Amino acid sequence: MENTAAAHAPSLDAGGPAPLPMVLRRRLRIGEGIIQTFLFFAGALSIVTTIGIVFVLGSESLLFFRDPRVGLVEFLTGTRWQPTILEFGILPLTSSTLITSTIALVVSLPLGLGAAIYLSEYASQRARSVLKPILEILAGIPTVVYGYFALTFMTPGLRSIFGAETVQIYNMASGGIVMGIMILPLISSMSEDALNAVPRSLREAAYAVGATRLETALRVVVPAALSGIVAAFIVGMSRALGETMIVLISVGAGPDLTLNPFRGAETITGHIARISGGDLSYNSLDYNSLFALGLVLFLITLTLNFVSRRIVSRLREVYE
Amino acid sequence: MTSPIPGGVTERYRTDVPARRRRGRIMQGVFLISMVVALGALAALGYTVFKETFGLVAIEDTLEPGELSVSPLEKISHDELVAILQSHVSPAVFRRLDGERPFAERSRQDVYDIVIDRVVEPEVVGSWPLNEALFQRSAIETETAHDHPQARLQWKSWVGAEFLARPMSSDPARAGVRTALLGSLWMIAITLVVAFPLGVASAIYLEEYATRSRMSRLIQTNIDNLAGVPSIIYGMLGLAVFVRVLGPLTSGAAFGITDTNGRTVLSAGLTMALLILPVIIINAQEAIRAVPSSLLEAAYGLGATKWQTVWGHVLPYALPGILTGTILAMSRAIGETAPLIVVGASTYIVADPSGPFSKFTALPIQIYNWTSRPQDLFRDIAAAAIVVLLATLLSINAAAILLRDRFSRRVQ
Repeated sequence: MENTAAAHAPSLDAGGPAPLPMVLRRRLRIGEGIIQTFLFFAGALSIVTTIGIVFVLGSESLLFFRDPRVGLVEFLTGTRWQPTILEFGILPLTSSTLITSTIALVVSLPLGLGAAIYLSEYASQRARSVLKPILEILAGIPTVVYGYFALTFMTPGLRSIFGAETVQIYNMASGGIVMGIMILPLISSMSEDALNAVPRSLREAAYAVGATRLETALRVVVPAALSGIVAAFIVGMSRALGETMIVLISVGAGPDLTLNPFRGAETITGHIARISGGDLSYNSLDYNSLFALGLVLFLITLTLNFVSRRIVSRLREVYE
Repeated sequence: MTSPIPGGVTERYRTDVPARRRRGRIMQGVFLISMVVALGALAALGYTVFKETFGLVAIEDTLEPGELSVSPLEKISHDELVAILQSHVSPAVFRRLDGERPFAERSRQDVYDIVIDRVVEPEVVGSWPLNEALFQRSAIETETAHDHPQARLQWKSWVGAEFLARPMSSDPARAGVRTALLGSLWMIAITLVVAFPLGVASAIYLEEYATRSRMSRLIQTNIDNLAGVPSIIYGMLGLAVFVRVLGPLTSGAAFGITDTNGRTVLSAGLTMALLILPVIIINAQEAIRAVPSSLLEAAYGLGATKWQTVWGHVLPYALPGILTGTILAMSRAIGETAPLIVVGASTYIVADPSGPFSKFTALPIQIYNWTSRPQDLFRDIAAAAIVVLLATLLSINAAAILLRDRFSRRVQ
């Protein structure tokens, strides 16, 4: 972007102060001004959106924490989330959010990376042109469909493997695994971009000293693309933390503090969706508590996205 | 292996080669397997939806047609059908049906349908997915004969013209997606009308107008960040701003409509517009950036103003890319569920949405609602609704490809 902007800029003033006929002299164009103002406001709308998000989440959270029945320390360290008896401890929600996301990453990182290495280092041009669109289909499927898949395919599957007594109908494992499938195309396409960005000369150097294709891929290309792969991992993590429908449908509806992935629990997003979907009166502590949860979620995902973009831009600087 | 080869030890490396090659082949298999697992997941997903959508059902009539008349119902005349109806439904229901449209004016087929619907009342008492229907047919027949001796087995496709045309119902065998589909269309129309012009304008500003100031860098970073915000957060923004604060506007109260609150299709469309705006902007920016600078230089060289250049040269050239990006964003909006739940889509709506101020339900909401019910039949219609949703997404994407091809041919 910066290149083109720089290329355009001088062409505007290139006319210089050469004498022009009267009609061509610079004149005031009101239409241009109006259009430019409109374009500027359209661009600034995104800032307004961000301010809106921060303001809404912040102000409602403030109302929540100002309430004498709630304390910030209790919110962050409490082990029970039961709004009906005024217990607002976020730990059961964060722990299940982390467990499902971890399962998702454990599934999607090796698979996504493997698929990316296959596509960028092994697959023929033709195989790639068939396989990539199929992965993109996987990325385009709505998450509610994945939720259905988790409940009607993954859960019965897990129950028949590990036994119906160990695996509850609503459990974190099946939601986590399906979430892993959902973010797999994201991880594989971001990692593949990173692998493709590694200059050809590095590969050729490796081949020249006698490395096999695998050695080149694992010891030269992957380490060179590592920061991009880490970025993919972080974006995948942020996507998994913010994913709602899969966990809402398949993980359960009770905020229990448990580390057993075969038991039901409730994630932050699942809780927000379930409570706000019901009849909720504004100005209640319940309503405000959702925004406090939203704020926590927003801050975590924002940080993760920010870190990952920093890493990607640094990678770009190295190779371009 | 990574250390530089010292002189005189080539022999050692030569003996290594078969083992290294073997390791290479094994790992190639491993990489291929991860690709296959991804494809397998897609296949499993398709299979799960497909097998629930089609299958066998056991249907039991509340009243046997044989008890209604001696000759088969298909054969008897209009008047006889009306007589059957009159003697089997309550007088109030009969009067109401007659009031809707007099029986004398109704066609024979119409009356026949009413008789089947109201008197025979076929009821689905069992349902089996496609895999069981194909491979365990005899077991199903025995089970049905034992549990429901009156019932008959027949093939059923849950998705079909009727499924598309019928409104929501609490009886899964009679439920359809008509209201949900219309709700989704209304929402997406509002989303597009708002997000497309704003998104393209924003991209034009950032690419063509903004100098490299701190402000434009801030906007750029901000858009990238917004693209990564979880969709449920947008839902909360919509709930607090469009539903609550702007409630008088989005509910239509300011325009004299009184029967709703802010949980309308308008609020949902606006929320969705904010959600897909970053996607549209980022894609449009890429399309605009790809316009060769020679094109702009030529326009400027002829003395065109900035806007004339943008409108006459940049936009036509970038349009295919912009449209593709917009359609991508649109398919995301159609499938999004979480923000709609938060903004407050209703799950049980029978009336078609009549305008931007009506309460609404949407296709993904309907899928979620049916999926979370315990009865098997709801699982089947959830699968059917998924088929409708995926078919919608597929046709939109096909349209995108066609559009892009057509435009790019005209410009280049």
